[in-house]
Amino acid sequence: MIELRDVRKAFGRQQVLDGLDLTVEAGSSYAVMGPSGSGKSVLLKHVIGLLKPDSGRVLVAGHSVPELHREELRDLRRDMGYLFQHGALINWLSVFDNIALPLRETTAMGEEEVRGRVEKVLGQVQLSGTDDKYPSEISGGMQKRVGLARALVTEPSVILYDEPEAGLDPGMSQAISELMRQIQTELEMTSLVVTHSDRCARIVADRLGIFEKGRFLVEGTPAEVLDSDHPRVREFLGPKRS
Amino acid sequence: MDPISKLGSSFIAPLVQQAGFGMWLSGRTLALIPHCLKRRRSLLDQMYLTGFKSAHVVAFVAFFIGMIVALQIGLKLAQYGQQDSIGMLVAISMAREMGPFVTAVVLAASVSSAMAAELGTMKVQDELTALEVLSIDSVSYLVLPRVIALTLMAPILTAVADVVGILGGGVIAVTQLQVDFPAYLLSVDEVLRDPGLFGLPQDLYAGLIKSAVFGFTIAIVGCGSGMLAEKGASGVAQTTREAVRTSIILIILFNYFLSWALVA
Ligand SMILES: Nc1ncnc2c1ncn2[C@@H]1O[C@H](COP(=O)(O)OP(=O)(O)O)[C@@H](O)[C@H]1O
Ligand SMILES: [Mg+2]
Repeated sequence: MIELRDVRKAFGRQQVLDGLDLTVEAGSSYAVMGPSGSGKSVLLKHVIGLLKPDSGRVLVAGHSVPELHREELRDLRRDMGYLFQHGALINWLSVFDNIALPLRETTAMGEEEVRGRVEKVLGQVQLSGTDDKYPSEISGGMQKRVGLARALVTEPSVILYDEPEAGLDPGMSQAISELMRQIQTELEMTSLVVTHSDRCARIVADRLGIFEKGRFLVEGTPAEVLDSDHPRVREFLGPKRS
Repeated sequence: MDPISKLGSSFIAPLVQQAGFGMWLSGRTLALIPHCLKRRRSLLDQMYLTGFKSAHVVAFVAFFIGMIVALQIGLKLAQYGQQDSIGMLVAISMAREMGPFVTAVVLAASVSSAMAAELGTMKVQDELTALEVLSIDSVSYLVLPRVIALTLMAPILTAVADVVGILGGGVIAVTQLQVDFPAYLLSVDEVLRDPGLFGLPQDLYAGLIKSAVFGFTIAIVGCGSGMLAEKGASGVAQTTREAVRTSIILIILFNYFLSWALVA
């Protein structure tokens, strides 16, 4: 379970998180939508302990993230996956080695088992056969999928996605969303997804929150929120689709 | 802001922060030395990249430095008919001072900047954050192999510089000073025989110890600058420039203190 209570965070004079509350039930999937530059990535970085709140509580699986020591945080993160907005692949490692990296570095897994796991996730993100390519040789969308594969390969129980569908064409975006949903339900992962796409939110999420000015404006099931008549929500999402 | 607090916040504060980070990084790297076994592949890669790829530049520069030293001192010596001891003087200058220094400057210009650019690019593209999130220690994964590789390669390159520089001096001795080559080598041999610690000639090992410290410093500055790179278009460029400047300044400072300590 992910729980944030009254979290505040400012950079200089800019109040990015302003009394934010969020609950993601264990094994469920929560999507966050909001204007760009509003602090959605900052929110994810608090959950994985890259940023500390100025005040408020951040809990993941019962651990207070900002208070964890280095080693404890490391242990917690072994059970978490994070997909970066731009993939953040290690540029001098091949696709295969990028995905194998967390297994080789933080587990005692043999090379045989590593290969099996990597091939499996590569298949899931529809990238079989690109093992030997380097990040600079593949498209942005493919980099994103490799990033997704790297986040999934350790089979974490909590996973955070920063705009997983950005830069993908609509077909691929739908496929990735369905894949995220399938893996999330199969492995009973707790997932928090920042997205710009209402289609992605509908496929992926059990609950959806619209984020604005440092806190959530409305929350509910994706259908409730996306079809709501709340004026600020309509302003952000545009007119209802029939 | 008044001028003094401006000076403080824009110049002194970053300097203190960088120095502090450099010291932390040095300590952490030394503490992780046992990881070298696990990192042997990248250690060897880095030794090849930093060492062999710089060797020809080091040799080229050292050859000319050897000739310059021989010319400057030799012509003076010849006025007093002392040109037979030119070999000794070139050997001492190369082994104690010019070999380590020339090698360090070449490495600062090429390797320190390359490391800063490489890690700086990783920093601005979130790759360092990605490592952190994956629970991979970037000091062990990235910094340790680079620093240890350069600490080991710098003395080896310095030894190359010493030999090539002495040969360069020999060319001048033979062509300009009419000293025949065997006599030149005999004079060189005189200094390098003077035994010191570990049975190595004193002048030689003093220079090699210095160069190991230079190699360590250059790599720490390169990696550290990269890790502190700021996002934005000019972030990596600025970091690269600073890495070269800072490593050359530190080499000169450390050179003075080490020369002092190793002579005493
Ligand atoms: N480490 C940081 N230091 C200073 N400002 C930051 C930092 N991270 C994010 N910000 C600022 O916080 C705001 C929200 O950023 P972000 O979370 O990336 O937005 P988005 O909702 O598009 O993901 C932006 O204005 C950004 O400039
Ligand atoms: Mg973002």
